[in-house]
Order: sequence, then C-alpha cells, then structure tokens
Amino acid sequence: MSFPKTRKEMPLTPLSLPTVGSMGKTGSWRTFKPVVNYSTCTKCTLCWIYCPDGAITRREDDSPEIDYEYCKGCGICANECPVKAITMEREEE
Amino acid sequence: MVSIKELPREEYLLKGHAACAGCGPSIALRLLFKALGNKVFLVVPACCTTVIQGPYPYTSFAVPLQNMLFEATGATASGIAAALRIRGLEDITVVGWAGDGGTVDIGIQALSGAAERETNFIYICYDNEAYGNTGLQRSGATPYGAWTTTTPTGKKERKKNMPFIMAAHKIPYVATACPSYPTDFVNKLRKAKEIKGTKYIHVLAPCPTGWRYDSSKTVEIGRLAVQTGIWALYEIENGKFRLNFPSDRLVDKAKRKPIKEYLSMQERFRHLTEAEIEKIQMWIDEDWEYYRKLASSEACV
Ligand SMILES: Cc1ncc(C[n+]2csc(CCOP(=O)(O)OP(=O)(O)O)c2C)c(N)n1
Ligand code: SF4
Ligand code: SF4
Ligand code: SF4
Ligand SMILES: [Mg+2]
Repeated sequence: MSFPKTRKEMPLTPLSLPTVGSMGKTGSWRTFKPVVNYSTCTKCTLCWIYCPDGAITRREDDSPEIDYEYCKGCGICANECPVKAITMEREEE
Repeated sequence: MVSIKELPREEYLLKGHAACAGCGPSIALRLLFKALGNKVFLVVPACCTTVIQGPYPYTSFAVPLQNMLFEATGATASGIAAALRIRGLEDITVVGWAGDGGTVDIGIQALSGAAERETNFIYICYDNEAYGNTGLQRSGATPYGAWTTTTPTGKKERKKNMPFIMAAHKIPYVATACPSYPTDFVNKLRKAKEIKGTKYIHVLAPCPTGWRYDSSKTVEIGRLAVQTGIWALYEIENGKFRLNFPSDRLVDKAKRKPIKEYLSMQERFRHLTEAEIEKIQMWIDEDWEYYRKLASSEACV
C-alpha cells in the first residue's frame, strides 16, 4: 500500500498525513522575533534542543538557523542562550 | 551520558504544529523522538497532544500514532504491543503518551492493568499539572495551592505521587524527568527501551498558558522546579531508588533553592500566603528526608 499524497487519495479511514505546517504558518503568531548574533554564538546547540516548535535548524557546523515561517516567538531560545547571542526584537507591522 | 550534540537532527514532530508558544510538553515530545527515533508506535488519549497533532487530514506527527479514548491508553497499548509481537515487529517501541489527567485520574485503571499484565511498553505521563486541553481544570496532579478554573482560590489537596504508585506495581523501571534536563530524559528513554516489561516515566512539563508565566520562561521554570526540589529527578530500577544529577546534589537542604523562587514566578500561585508557602516548603523538606533514606538504604520501594 502506498501512502496517499493528496486528500483525494485518502482511504475511508481517519488517517492523517504528516505535514509541515499542519496548523498553517505559525510564524504569524509572533509579536517578538528572535535574532541570532552569529559573531557571539558559540554553536552550543541549546537553543535548537529547547525550541518547542522545532523551528531552529541545526546547521552542519552546529550554528542555529531560525525558520521565521514557523517560529512562534516564544522567546525560550533567547532566554536559554548562555551567551545572550539571541535578542527578541519587536515585529514590524 | 549522551551529550546534546550527539542527538540526531531529524525531527518527527513537524514544525507548524498547534501547541501554544513556549509549550513544555512540545519540548518533551521532540526529546522523545531524539531518544527513540521513528521506530515507535504512539498511543495518545484526549489531551493537549491531540491538538498538537493538528487538524485532520493533516498531522504534525511523522510517526505511527493511534488516538484513543481518554481512559484507555494502557489498554490500547497492550493491544498494540500484542499485535506487534504476533507480527514479529518487536523492534518497534510502543509508547503511551498521556497527560496528567489522562494518567493519574481517568487512565489509572487501564494503566494499572497494563502494568500488572507486564505489557512491554513505555508509558510517559507529561505532567502540566491540570487538564490543559479543556481549559485548565484541576487534576490529581495539580499541586497544593495552585489556581485552576475549578480551584479559583487554590487547590486544597496535595499532588498525587504517581511514580511511586507505579513503583508499587513492581514494574522494572520507573523514572521522573523534565525537559529542562534534556540529556537526562533522553538517557532514561533509551534505558527504558532496552528493558522488557512496563516502564513508566513521569515528566514535569511546564505550561505557560496554564501556569501563567511568560512563554520564554518554560525551561527556566522547569529548572527551578528541580533546583528547589519540588520536582526530583530519580529512577526506581527493580525497586531500587536512585537520585539523578542534579537532584543527587540537593539532598542537603542548604543546596536547594527556597520554594518561594519557583512559586513567585507563576501567577497560578500568586494568592499564596506566607504560611501556605511555608507549608509547601515543609512538605518538600519531608519528601527529601524520605528520598535521602531511600537512596542510602538497601531496601526496595
Ligand atoms: C471520558 C472523557 N471525559 C472528558 C473528556 C474531555 N477531555 C478531553 S482532553 C481533557 C483534559 C486532558 O487533560 P490532561 O490529561 O492533563 O492532558 P492536557 O490536556 O493537560 O495535555 C478532557 C477533560 C474526554 N475526552 N473523555
Ligand atoms: S522564539 Fe521560540 S519558537 Fe522561535 S525559535 Fe526561539 S524557541 Fe523556537
Ligand atoms: S544557544 Fe546561543 S550560543 Fe548556543 S547555539 Fe543557540 S544562539 Fe548559539
Ligand atoms: S495549554 Fe499548555 S500544555 Fe497545552 S498546548 Fe498550551 S502550553 Fe502546551
Ligand atoms: Mg494536563
């Protein structure tokens, strides 16, 4: 059995399709935006492991890359960064 | 002890999910997948996680998962474990993942039955100390003094000690965890996976929406829960109790932070009087006297 790719192909069972953005672009929930200062970041990966949304990608060199389409702006990464390399900046209109 | 950098990059909780910003249980879920990968079969009853899964026909979970009635996680996991065994798919770890209401209150009988039948699975209670999904009613795991919508002046009763109830089932492995200590949780999950029988892990998972604190403080509050000793990290392996780092350094009361530091960060405790705070502190100290005796004796739980 191949897994259905579209709604149309869905069998008559309540089976859901794993989807990035199942709840939409959750980045729109944000009021404050985490911004990484790469010159002070020590690549410790703590922000990556603590992000509840998996919105931080850990690059090959262990530096963080924030996906603003899905980051909800909770501020955990900024609060936990041991060297304060992440600041929360107010979103523009 | 595994280090954070050794954990895999793969994500099986996909971004764009429905949890509130700063959700502690979501961090715990990501850690579950970091520890066990995708060779798992999850059983999830009604709880916040059902919402985090996303609206049909889409889901944020990239692993097999069966939703079940609020009270039936243990029974369902038993059935799934039996089916996998019969089909020879025993490399798949069955995981029951339920909230505190679904565990310490309504799911306790199905879980107790599964443990008594020695069902081969890991049961995880992620404890946000209330019925979060339905708007924050008190549960048996809500701590003394906490505000919820059904305890408007603070809960008058104490939190149920679920890990010890599970230890009384003589299962091979019981542990506590908190997502603020990621490697401790991952180690416990990996250890549990290798043990046959019923394994129970109780995870304190701070919830900004229910506990009323700023969403950036989730990890900090979990850390304070451990540093003040209101939450202790331990394992009970074949009945033998052992404190884990950093709780093993906190047996001496002078090493623990005063509980007031933890309580004053959360609005759910805002109304507490000094006398009530003192009472909570006294109970914590009593618990630790018990932990000290257990950890230093040969006796089993
Ligand atoms: C038998 C039954 N009673 C009540 C409900 C409604 N209900 C759904 S989720 C929930 C609360 C779950 O609380 P908890 O297990 O602590 O998980 P959380 O939502 O906090 O993650 C309730 C009361 C239900 N689904 N089934
Ligand atoms: S603000 Fe929150 S959601 Fe956004 S990247 Fe940081 S931890 Fe993740
Ligand atoms: S927590 Fe701070 S130092 Fe560590 S990887 Fe993230 S931004 Fe860099
Ligand atoms: S109510 Fe709490 S546990 Fe539930 S999704 Fe929101 S933050 Fe997470
Ligand atoms: Mg709950």
